[in-house]
Amino acid sequence: MSAIQILFWFLSGLALVSAIMVLISKNPVHSVLWLVMVFFAISGHYILMNAQFLAIVNLIVYAGAIMVLFLFVIMLMNLDKTSDPQKNWWMKLAGVISGGCLLMEMATLVRQAAEMKEKTVMMKEGSIGLIGNLGKLLFSDYVVPFEISSVLFLSAMVGAVVIGKKN
Amino acid sequence: MSEITVTHILFVSTALFFTGMYGLFTRRNMITMLMSVELILNSVNINFVAFNKYLYPGKLDGVFFTIFVITIAAAEAAVAIAIIINLYRSHHSIDVEDASELKY
Repeated sequence: MSAIQILFWFLSGLALVSAIMVLISKNPVHSVLWLVMVFFAISGHYILMNAQFLAIVNLIVYAGAIMVLFLFVIMLMNLDKTSDPQKNWWMKLAGVISGGCLLMEMATLVRQAAEMKEKTVMMKEGSIGLIGNLGKLLFSDYVVPFEISSVLFLSAMVGAVVIGKKN
Repeated sequence: MSEITVTHILFVSTALFFTGMYGLFTRRNMITMLMSVELILNSVNINFVAFNKYLYPGKLDGVFFTIFVITIAAAEAAVAIAIIINLYRSHHSIDVEDASELKY
């Protein structure tokens, strides 16, 4: 078992356990902290899949910005003391059954896909995900989506201020 | 070259996706529901990067899709949190079942 495999299994287990802990912890602050753990594990996967810049962006934007926003809102509303209201048990049962059935179905589909069998993902080698290659492509082929996303951000900023202010 | 196949990564992302979906179904706290949506988006991101590595190892299209998904998730989180704050101000709760004016 090589080091890459050990890392992969460790990161996968960390991501899944943390994702389950996000859902079963009663305190919303603990949920946010477990979600940060999920993002760290996913960033590890990105580094293994050779997308280094994406890993850093994932950490900065998700774990750094969005999760801090969540924490601010949770502490602003004093949600950290009250436990989360739960839906009744049959709703949980329905969630488990429907989600579990779909999960089984997707897992069997992935297992049966003969096209993908024995195809490795070429981890650890190559420097295609570094920022130089990304920047060249971003300002040549992807310049229109880049500019459109700046307009999207402007509208989201104005919308957040307009919705959030007191009238 | 290691022996991690693309199937392994698809298993991980599928499990993350349905964990997020279960959270979206069962929680009533709006912030936790929003966190479940972030989980779902992240599982999709893993799929994009894995298929990019598997189909076109020399290109970067999947990585750019992922970057734009992260961009849109940031904008979505900002607007959704503004809506949640406004709802908390008017209803004094962030339970989804309390905000039922548009239900009927």
